[in-house]
Amino acid sequence: MTLGGPMGRQVDLSLLQKLVQINWLLIILLTLIASVGFAMLYSAANGSIDPWASRQMMRFGGGLVLMLMIAVVDVRTWLRHAYLIYAAALILLIAVEVMGVVGMGARRWVNLGLFQLQPSEVMKIALVLALARFYHGLPLEEVGRMRWLVVPIILILVPVALVTRQPDLGTAILLLATATAILLLAGVRLWKFAVLFGTILAAIPVAWRFMLHGYQKDRVLTYLNPERDPLGAGYHIMQSKIALGSGGLFGKGFMQGTQSHLAFLPERQTDFIFTMLAEEFGLMGCLGLLSLYILVIVYGYAIALRSRSQFGRLLAAGMITTFFIYVFINMAMVMGLIPVVGVPLPLVSYGGTSMMSLLIGFGLILSVYVHRDIIIARRPGHRS
Amino acid sequence: MERDGNRHKTFARRAALLAGGKLTLAALLMGRMYYLQVLESDQYQMLAEENRISMRLLAPPRGLVIDRFGRELASNRQNYRVVLIAEQTNGVAESLDRLARVIPINPHQRRRVLREVKRKRPFVPVKVAENLTWEQFARINVLLPDLPGVQPDVGEGRHYPMGVETAHIVGYVSSVSEAELTGDPLLELPGFRIGKNGIEKVYDESLRGKAGNSRVEVNAYGREIRELARQDGQPGDDVVLTVDAGLQETISRRLSDESAAAVVMDIHQGEILAMVSAPSYDPNAFNLGMSTKAWRALVQHPRKPLINKAISGQYPPGSTFKMIVALAALDAGAAGPGHRVFCNGVVKLGNTKFHCWRHRYGGHGWVDMKQAIAQSCDIYFYDLARRLGVDRIGEMARRFGLGAALGVELVGESNGLVPSKDWKLAVTGVPWQLGETLITGIGQAYLLATPLQLAVMTARLANGGLAVTPKLSRRQGPERLGADGAPAEHPVPPSIGVSAAHLQFIADAMSEVVNGPRGTARKYKLDKDVEFKMAGKTGTAQVRRITKAERKAGGKLAKETPWKERDHALFTAFAPVGAPRYATAVVVEHGGSGTYAAKLTKDIMTAVLRADPLARTALGASRGEDRGGGRKT
Repeated sequence: MTLGGPMGRQVDLSLLQKLVQINWLLIILLTLIASVGFAMLYSAANGSIDPWASRQMMRFGGGLVLMLMIAVVDVRTWLRHAYLIYAAALILLIAVEVMGVVGMGARRWVNLGLFQLQPSEVMKIALVLALARFYHGLPLEEVGRMRWLVVPIILILVPVALVTRQPDLGTAILLLATATAILLLAGVRLWKFAVLFGTILAAIPVAWRFMLHGYQKDRVLTYLNPERDPLGAGYHIMQSKIALGSGGLFGKGFMQGTQSHLAFLPERQTDFIFTMLAEEFGLMGCLGLLSLYILVIVYGYAIALRSRSQFGRLLAAGMITTFFIYVFINMAMVMGLIPVVGVPLPLVSYGGTSMMSLLIGFGLILSVYVHRDIIIARRPGHRS
Repeated sequence: MERDGNRHKTFARRAALLAGGKLTLAALLMGRMYYLQVLESDQYQMLAEENRISMRLLAPPRGLVIDRFGRELASNRQNYRVVLIAEQTNGVAESLDRLARVIPINPHQRRRVLREVKRKRPFVPVKVAENLTWEQFARINVLLPDLPGVQPDVGEGRHYPMGVETAHIVGYVSSVSEAELTGDPLLELPGFRIGKNGIEKVYDESLRGKAGNSRVEVNAYGREIRELARQDGQPGDDVVLTVDAGLQETISRRLSDESAAAVVMDIHQGEILAMVSAPSYDPNAFNLGMSTKAWRALVQHPRKPLINKAISGQYPPGSTFKMIVALAALDAGAAGPGHRVFCNGVVKLGNTKFHCWRHRYGGHGWVDMKQAIAQSCDIYFYDLARRLGVDRIGEMARRFGLGAALGVELVGESNGLVPSKDWKLAVTGVPWQLGETLITGIGQAYLLATPLQLAVMTARLANGGLAVTPKLSRRQGPERLGADGAPAEHPVPPSIGVSAAHLQFIADAMSEVVNGPRGTARKYKLDKDVEFKMAGKTGTAQVRRITKAERKAGGKLAKETPWKERDHALFTAFAPVGAPRYATAVVVEHGGSGTYAAKLTKDIMTAVLRADPLARTALGASRGEDRGGGRKT
């Protein structure tokens, strides 16, 4: 291990030391959130642990182990392999484009023989790693220069374009938003963001005309006017709002949600699970879960700020931003604030892939925390 | 380190900025939650309830139609159906293909389903097939997992156990048409049927009953989860008919090869014991869904099976009208029973010759009134008619129920026609001719009567001149019962004001027609073992004018006459002679001669007297019933 600088207090830690260093409170918070998910999946199956809650528990258990394994791996290892992981994710994304499996009208999966993989999920982590590494190696003065913006923009736009083509608008927005946040945290000039926003606003009509698919346009139109087609595309969001609103202050009670249990609510175990929570536990339940999420995010920020390396800070803050964007998009979507985009509620919605990628992300955050005092040279082998 | 310190500071500043942004977004979420779950909550709670709770109308079971002894003529039967919910299939066509392997689905049904699926609102089931056998229904239930979107369903269907034989009385039910919607939601229930003809139509409202409703919790697919509240409806009232189903059956079979109508009536209460119109149709076919081809065949059939000839068919009464002319003459004092006329077969009025049916044999010779009726002498009645004038004949005819609908509980009753001088002038603009009076005297000219009217006429002749009116239902729901729940008493019908002695004379003459040595129906007196005698009158109604050539050729040509041009055969009768209880009227379209109708009447009256329905206790026994029974001696 030659990555650590001489000033580092924790050059090498034993496995036991690392385990002690792990932020167990964060893990308890994550388990709490996941448990809310188990309860809701139990309710979604009309009071049965099968088929959803049991499998979700197993996935969460497996994910926790994976998270701990990632957490004890030296953060410098992740730094070293960041570009490699990014390259692998990119190749997988291209593989999807070439030979992916079509499911639910979109090409998102690639068959790796043993299991099917969703490369866009890998990219959510890989992009954060790659950008964190890039800005870790860049002095603050250089960050402000335009020419140093070229590489990160390519790093961002290539996967975003590939994901958009699948098409998976939700993930594309997630990647773009997370990357923008990392650029902001790294110190890119604020006026450039203003330019970016201006460009995006200007691009909307163009995107509308040439880039969005029929069903995506439909979603946007429906969002703007849900009554446009109350039995068609607007049906889901209308029913979701009815479920949410009818929950009131304290909800209808566990397993008493009429909208969810009488199948008015679509996808109640996946994307619309928050609606079900809102119906059964009311505003109090919603605020409770939102508070848990906010606590996790606050922890994420604390960990980022405690890290003594730019890589650690950007990695932790990037991962926690991804997490926040998940939460925001999902909740805003089911409440009719934004158009319907297929983004799950992190750790609560039923589904293995997003659970795994989220826990891997938290594994990296924990790794940053465990190795928070290691000072890493800007370039491997060089002193800062 | 210094530089990293700067980077750290920048990071911290930017992180605060980013966190601020996130906090703003989180606040936005909370505001939205507050808006939806607190401010707008009431409205959404209402919408959720509307989603969840559905009011379902409960169709009441339709009342039964039963005969006077309780035999079911219209009943309800479980109807095994299969419906399809398009939204639950993986393609309607595919589900239909799979279903077609289980039950037969013809291309016509298939097209209809595909068409209806497009029209209906989402999740509203579309009927694929009905009236399945239990075996087919069970097979669908077993294979249900392989038939996405297919749902078995049990509805209620109408069934007519006697089918063809009671079709013209009971009628049939069918789906509600657009024009029949009254705003009553019951009528809009899928598969609801209303009476379209006969008793089913006339008593439709009370047979229908009152709809109940049920508040059910439904899921998004409209499937019922549980019932929250239920208000049972009121089943439809049963209708008890005056008809004796057994008798109806016998007479129907006797007439099955004819184009004919027969009515059997209780002469005291006017209860119709049998009413047959042949040929008939199968009302169950309307339930099963009739093909256009089958429907067209029914409509275009030359013998008109869909028409109830007993109430809708109008025929010249022919010689059956002679009793009325005789009574008019007696009543007016224009001629007494002893009035005699010499019949040589023909009488001349100006340049026109009026023949007697016996003119080829040189006429009847001297006949008095009784023999004129018994032998049906036309010349005698030309004479009476000439003495009376058409208006006095018409006045008497109307007293016996001719010339106006009698108000029986069926649809499509004809008025018949009793002409008068004023009527002819008003309708044709030409004054009445004396020749027309003459042929009115033998029941021709403009005269028209329905078989029911002829039966009522005979009943009034036989019951001592009481204005009985025909009835088909004895008890229909609770309203026909008196206040104390006992059956309402039959009022005694008013008298038509004809002398009893005159009526007795006519009755004797009618008995002479059958039982006299020279009566026109002497060949058809009842068999000895029946114990009773019948009285009656033949009638032969010309369908068209008889040409001179035919008159010369005589009867020989009749057999070669096309069916359509042959005379109608009529016979009206009552029995038993002496203490009459039953009146009948039989009309055989193009039956040739009245004696043919007499032949049928002999069989019918024999069946009536053997069954003797008035002597047996019927449902809702009334005073009239006791009277009917008491008269049997």
